[in-house]
Amino acid sequence: MIVANPDIETKPKTGSHRIEIPLSKETSQPDSDEMTLHLRVWRQPSHDQPGEFVTYDLPGVSPDSSFLEMLDLLNEMLTNRGEDPVAFDHDCREGICGMCSLTVDGIAHGPEDEVTICQTHMRKYSDGDTLTIEPFRATAFPLVKDLAVDRGAFDRIIQAGGFISVRTGGAPDANLIPISKTISDMAMDAAACIGCGACVAACKNGSAALFTSAKASHLNLLPQGEVEKDRRVVAMVEQMDHEGFGSCTNTNSCEAVCPKGISVTNIARMNRQYALATLKGVTAKATQ
Amino acid sequence: MKLDSQCPSGPLAEKWNRHKFEMKLVNPANKRKYSVIVVGTGLAGASAAATMSELGYHVKAFCYQDSARRAHSIAAQGGINGAKNYQNDGDSIYRLFYDTIKGGDFRAREANVYRLAEVSVNIIDQCVAQGVPFAREYGGLLANRSFGGAQVSRTFYARGQTGQQLLLGAYSALAKQVGAGAVEMYTRTEMLDLVVVDGHAKGIITRNLTTGKIERHTADAVVLATGGYSNAFFLSTNAIGCNVTAAYRAYKKGALFANPCYTQIHPTCIPVSGEHQSKLTLMSESLRNDGRVWAPKNPADVGKHPDDISEEDRDYYLERKYPSFGNLAPRDISSRSAKEACDDGRGIGPGGRGVYLDFRDSIERLGEKTIRERYGNLFQMYHKITGEDAYKVPMRIYPALHYTMGGLWVDYNLQTTIPGLFAIGECNFSDHGANRLGASALMQGLADGYFILPYTIGNYLAQVKEKPPATDHAEFRKAEEDVTNRLKTLLNIDGTKSVLSLHKDLGNICWEKIGMARNRDGLEEAIKTIPELRERYWSDLNVLGSNEEFNQALERAGRVADFMEFGELLARDALMREESCGGHFREEYQTEDGEAVRDDDNFAFVGAWKYEGSNKAPSLHKEPLEYEEVKMTTRSYK
Repeated sequence: MIVANPDIETKPKTGSHRIEIPLSKETSQPDSDEMTLHLRVWRQPSHDQPGEFVTYDLPGVSPDSSFLEMLDLLNEMLTNRGEDPVAFDHDCREGICGMCSLTVDGIAHGPEDEVTICQTHMRKYSDGDTLTIEPFRATAFPLVKDLAVDRGAFDRIIQAGGFISVRTGGAPDANLIPISKTISDMAMDAAACIGCGACVAACKNGSAALFTSAKASHLNLLPQGEVEKDRRVVAMVEQMDHEGFGSCTNTNSCEAVCPKGISVTNIARMNRQYALATLKGVTAKATQ
Repeated sequence: MKLDSQCPSGPLAEKWNRHKFEMKLVNPANKRKYSVIVVGTGLAGASAAATMSELGYHVKAFCYQDSARRAHSIAAQGGINGAKNYQNDGDSIYRLFYDTIKGGDFRAREANVYRLAEVSVNIIDQCVAQGVPFAREYGGLLANRSFGGAQVSRTFYARGQTGQQLLLGAYSALAKQVGAGAVEMYTRTEMLDLVVVDGHAKGIITRNLTTGKIERHTADAVVLATGGYSNAFFLSTNAIGCNVTAAYRAYKKGALFANPCYTQIHPTCIPVSGEHQSKLTLMSESLRNDGRVWAPKNPADVGKHPDDISEEDRDYYLERKYPSFGNLAPRDISSRSAKEACDDGRGIGPGGRGVYLDFRDSIERLGEKTIRERYGNLFQMYHKITGEDAYKVPMRIYPALHYTMGGLWVDYNLQTTIPGLFAIGECNFSDHGANRLGASALMQGLADGYFILPYTIGNYLAQVKEKPPATDHAEFRKAEEDVTNRLKTLLNIDGTKSVLSLHKDLGNICWEKIGMARNRDGLEEAIKTIPELRERYWSDLNVLGSNEEFNQALERAGRVADFMEFGELLARDALMREESCGGHFREEYQTEDGEAVRDDDNFAFVGAWKYEGSNKAPSLHKEPLEYEEVKMTTRSYK
């Protein structure tokens, strides 16, 4: 153990109480052995300064810890050595807020399917592994520091049209409009998007088509969103282009990394709706 | 200090309507002349900011996250209550009101709770109109499920992501207003102090978390929607960034803090796996609809595989102790029962701190497909975290800190004791009493933000005749100076301990002494040891870097510094309250079979604390709880 601070030294496992539950085939056996990992971490003080990979050896990683808890351990080690800890975005640590945004070994949100990196646990790795950790890289996501980026462009796409224009108070009874379960489920599938930006980071073009189309689809599929459908899709797509996201060339890498499994079908739907709306001559401007 | 709740007179069912009529209004043309600051963009903050902006007020909204859509409301899973009675099972506004006030162990303000139940139906309408994809039946109408503490199905849900969908609804309403230029949105910006001018809240001091820039913001009123304080316990189900700073700064500026000891321990969380743990993950309580909670009957069976423990050796303790509510007993009762089983040496998993939540029987009855449809994402989450497949082996669960019912004291108008300062959502204390029922947090956040505050704040603003002070006012200068000095102090301690390690130390004290069960000795010890830890914090903390950069350790250092003071207040309140009620369980006050003993003769009041200075004990002020409509009874879920 090279950990300087006794407070963060991992306590011995409560071995006597620990029960190993035999698991089904698809689950891995929990391993109580701590690992040492070699980390290559992107360090960059700010957007306008150059960055580089810095290598750290990190001992004492519990296989039961999450990926971000592993980074906590790294930051404790760095802090105790008097070195600047690594900045990375995170908040809920349960895969729903969409704040965490790491590319690990070249894959946005790391090796596991349909999870964010905060839900990835270190039992996925083995002692002695080397991990390369980078931010979500995209022109439209300027870097803030180290592994944290600015995804404000996503907010601006929503501000352009990702809403139903209903004022508080004027809503009719919730059961007034029956909506088929199929449609409602499809809208929910699209609405599950957490706005993390992995789709953009994974795309060779830095396209935000999956995010934008998921958001547009969620509302455009529902009868409540029908009224503004044309204007919505045009406004959102134009804002997306304006933010500097690249074009979609249907490589589907976005869907492959999406922690919520959002389908590229949404992109096809968005393109169709966008084409129809522009044929009708609809513009992004509100028609009020 | 007399705490005037400002509750309107008249029959319970007419109070809110009458009050709406009696309140002063701001002329539509004049609304744009008033500015309001909203801190926090969760359900309460986002809905309030959007709605006030739609009304015409100039709104500035702030959040510490990189986007307003990431506030922790997003993590709520189970659902939102609404007294729609769509299931024709006997629900009504009155029943929701009664369930909530009973669930809160008769420690909430009657008129507020009734109003909450009353507007709950509007919330569901509003959310559906915004496009929230609630679960539906094949006929196309909305589906409902039941939830802990209720015997009707009134909970609306969107898979296991109801909080996410409701927040995205409120966020889209807010985004609409931001896009229209009607709301100024400040992301990655944290409120570090409140500015009070001539006794009225008139602004805030913020820090830009990317650049470190300290800024002054002035307004006619300030709304805090900054959530709860579960992270005082270090390990909780809250997001890492959730903190008490905004509310605590307001407390130090004169706002009273009510019932801090009412903390909710959620019964169905994934147990702690080791020292590396940074947070706990909640599994929605809706799982208790189909899962059966049990622990081995005999401590000798604890190490066995669950399949090897025969039916008669399993203790389905909730079904045994509370036959009519069974696995749907309220959260406080379920949590304490789990602790009892573990204290009894019958806990399973690491450290013996866990019980089973078993779906075997439901899978047999309904098929795995149905269970997967209902809870698929929760089972997936459980699998990712523990590596275990809950379709095959029972889930392991243990209670964890989840929600805090206490908060800034507010009157019926949601105004704190500082005029012009309002608190909404989890940040205030008003609606849940000593224990919150499931699916009621989302309801309260949106009730406050969409349907209550936008009215009541108008009543205050209509009486404000002067323009807000300029930001070079002496109070702004002083507040900014205090903030800057505090940041400098934190950076210059140059000690040896990281923020994280000291936060863990605080969490240990809070969990051990002010956690699920409390007693006089433990609380007195906490009141002694927390200040000692605080002393160490301010002398041995190590925060690297500078203020003028993205410095996450510095952000956290400020938040934990406030928790170091707040933890003591929590302990003081728990010590003062010599009874057991809801989430507050004092070991001295229980029946022989371990049920809580409430003391209505001496403790039927809201305990609100006033800050008296840094080296002085806070003073207690009481708002008596007077029930006009319901009779206080002993809660029984048997």
